[in-house]
Amino acid sequence: MARYDRAITVFSPDGHLFQVEYALNAVNKGTTAIGIRGKNSIVLGIEKKSAMKLQDPRTVRKIVQLDDSICLAFAGLVADARVLINKARIECQTYRLTLDEEPSVEYITRWIAQRQQKYTQSGGVRPYGISTLIVGFDTDGEPRLFQTDPSGIYSEWFANCIGRNSKPVKEFFTKNYPGLRKEEKTEGEEESEEELVDFELTEEATIKLAVKALMEVVESPKNIEIAVVKKGSLRFLEVDEIETLVDAFEAEQKEKEDNKQ
Amino acid sequence: MDSLIGITGKDFVIFIADTAQARSILKMKGDEDKIMVVDESKMFAMAGDTGDRTTFCEYVKRNLKLYEIRSGLTLSTHAAAHWTRRALADALRQNPYQTNLLLGGWDEESGASLYYLDYLGSMHKMPFAIQGYASNFVLSIFDRYYKEDLTVAEGLELAKLCIAELNRRFLLAQPDWAIKVIKKGENGKASLEVIVPASK
Repeated sequence: MARYDRAITVFSPDGHLFQVEYALNAVNKGTTAIGIRGKNSIVLGIEKKSAMKLQDPRTVRKIVQLDDSICLAFAGLVADARVLINKARIECQTYRLTLDEEPSVEYITRWIAQRQQKYTQSGGVRPYGISTLIVGFDTDGEPRLFQTDPSGIYSEWFANCIGRNSKPVKEFFTKNYPGLRKEEKTEGEEESEEELVDFELTEEATIKLAVKALMEVVESPKNIEIAVVKKGSLRFLEVDEIETLVDAFEAEQKEKEDNKQ
Repeated sequence: MDSLIGITGKDFVIFIADTAQARSILKMKGDEDKIMVVDESKMFAMAGDTGDRTTFCEYVKRNLKLYEIRSGLTLSTHAAAHWTRRALADALRQNPYQTNLLLGGWDEESGASLYYLDYLGSMHKMPFAIQGYASNFVLSIFDRYYKEDLTVAEGLELAKLCIAELNRRFLLAQPDWAIKVIKKGENGKASLEVIVPASK
């Protein structure tokens, strides 16, 4: 197996590209990032590592703006992300310069994914060790959420999670994203996801869902950072806003447990 | 020949530009907008070769936007003017941009500022500035009537005087003018207002 690691352009006999898989391992070591698509807003959330006492926490930013209405969160190697984000920002402005219009979220996702794929098929380079969640609004006002990974695949999601502990969070989403619940109830029918998902999520509900999802995997509200993306704006929630939401959520849980007894 | 006039006053910059687009003796169109808005706080008045001026100003606009997205800060007018000047100077000895510009804007540190840039890469910060033949007529109007700390209304009155003088004495004066203002808005940030649009 070790022989097939060296140059990533080489397939292993059973069809694996090991460097790409190892890159995915690097991503799964990175801190969690989630994205949830609501009706008129999209919420990005990340797990903040407890800041070392002497470190200024403002300089560690994992949710960034690429263009007026497009934002990105990532999981994996921070330095790789910095490079890719910089290139993506330039591409957004180049697109605007050439076409005099906003790039769509899908366009920039495809561009980033193509770049990630290129690094899996070139000599002497290694893949980017990051998966990204790209969110934003198209000119028609529709919110979109996309994910890319080191292999260069991209896909669109209603809610997703990348980084460590992504499995429990994804399960949480499958159980708790509102429209999806309808899918479970209908039995014996052809299941088509597009028809069954209904975007009822208001901004408030989306934020609550994001906080709940992250609380599954972090230790305390201080380790959560939430950003709300609306057309043309990116807003980070204050720490006390998040703490209020977590307190309310925990009180709710306690009430449910008390009622059961 | 393009006539572009810039006036600064208390927390505002007014740009007045003629709207004629000419090829030799033919007026191609009479509703050309020569004032390009970079963002809410800065704008360019562009003179010179038609292709070059839009290409160059769009290029500057996109690069200033890129800087803002990367750093999260809006550039000051001073920084934007210097960046523009550098771009003109770098191109000068290879394939120069045949374009003369006025850059005006409002920011917190310096209030309203106006920069005169020409295709050779010279740059001057001025209280009022003119590009084109219009300067022969309008500079004397400013010498007579300009004073510091004008209000927007006074600035627009001064603009009217300039236009009247050009219409009276300048052989190639154009009937239509576009006017835009960038000023300190109510929320303390810069705001743009189109006083007279280029196309009617």
